[in-house]
Amino acid sequence: MASTAVPGRLTWRLAEVVATADETPAVRTLRLQVPGWPGHRPGQHLDVRLTAPDGYRAQRSYSIATPADRERLDIAVERLDDGEVSPYLNGELRVGDQIELRGPIGGYFVWDPSHGGPVLLIGGGSGVVPLMAMARARARVASTVPMRWLSSSRTLADVVYRAELEQLAAAHDSFELFQTLTRDAPEDWAGHRGRIDERLLAEVAGPADAARQTFVCGPTSFVEGVATNLVGLGHPPTTIKTERFGATGAP
Amino acid sequence: MSELQRVDGNALGGVLSEVFAADLTTATTTCAGCRGVAPLAVLHVYLDAPGAVARCPQCGTVQLRLVRSETCAWLDLTGIRVLQINP
Repeated sequence: MASTAVPGRLTWRLAEVVATADETPAVRTLRLQVPGWPGHRPGQHLDVRLTAPDGYRAQRSYSIATPADRERLDIAVERLDDGEVSPYLNGELRVGDQIELRGPIGGYFVWDPSHGGPVLLIGGGSGVVPLMAMARARARVASTVPMRWLSSSRTLADVVYRAELEQLAAAHDSFELFQTLTRDAPEDWAGHRGRIDERLLAEVAGPADAARQTFVCGPTSFVEGVATNLVGLGHPPTTIKTERFGATGAP
Repeated sequence: MSELQRVDGNALGGVLSEVFAADLTTATTTCAGCRGVAPLAVLHVYLDAPGAVARCPQCGTVQLRLVRSETCAWLDLTGIRVLQINP
C-alpha cells in the first residue's frame, strides 16, 4: 500500500466507474478503478475533469471516502442542481463509463491510525466524506484509537453513511457516534436536534485536550462556526484542522 | 466574489501540483502584510475569479494568485514573505 501523499507532479488518469450507490436522495457514491493509482491517505481528495464535445472543460474536487485499496477508491458526489459537474456525475454516469481524475491531493487534512488520538471528527452534510475515509481506515486495522464522530444533516434521509456509522458505533467501544438533524427529525429520533452549537460541542468534545486531533469539514459557514466555537471552549487552534467546501450542501 | 463561495487552501493542492513537485498545502506561509504564519491549507481561497486568489485569514492580504491557461501558468507570490515547505 503506497502511503506517500503527493509523489511529484500529478498527472490526469482515466478512471472507470465499477459501481454506484445512492447514499441519500442527493449524494451518490462512485466506486472507481484507477489504473496506476499511487495510493492515498485518509482525508485526501482528487480532482475530476470533464471535457465537453466542444472542448470546454470543467474541474471539481471530491474527497476520497475510502482508505487506500490498490487501484480502487470511492468518491461521493452531492448533486447541486445548478452545478456544472455534479448533475452529470450524480445522475448520468453509469458503470463502465470513464472519467479523468488526478490525485491524491493534500497532506494537511489527513489522519491515519498511526497518528494516534483521540480523534474528533465533525462533518456538515457531505463534509462527512473525507472523515469517513478516516473512520474506515481505523476500522480496517481494528485500531483502538478513541474516535468521536459528530455530524449534522438536514433530515434523517440526508444522513450519509447512516447504516455504516451505526455499525461502527456498535462494533467498537471506542468509536462514539453523535448526530444531529437540523430541519426535521422523526419523533423517535434518539440523536440531537438543531444545529451544532456551543452547547452540543461542549457535550461532545468535552474538556480541552492538547493531545486530541480534531477535523472539521463541510460548508464554509459550518466549518468556521464549529471552529470558532471550539476555540471559544478552550480547544487549542493548532489541534483543529479544517476543510471548507464553499456554499454547497448547507446542512 | 462571494464570501459564500470561499473555500480554503486545501482546494489549491491540485492546481499547485501542476507547478510544484512538493505538496504545498502543508507548507507554511509568512504573510507579507501582517507577518502571520499559517499553513497554506487555511488561507481563504476564491476560485470564482479567472484564476485562484488566496488571502491571509488574519489580515486579508492577497498572498497568492494563480492563473492557468492551456499553455502556461502565472503565479504571483508577492504576498508571501517566506514559504516554508514541509515535505
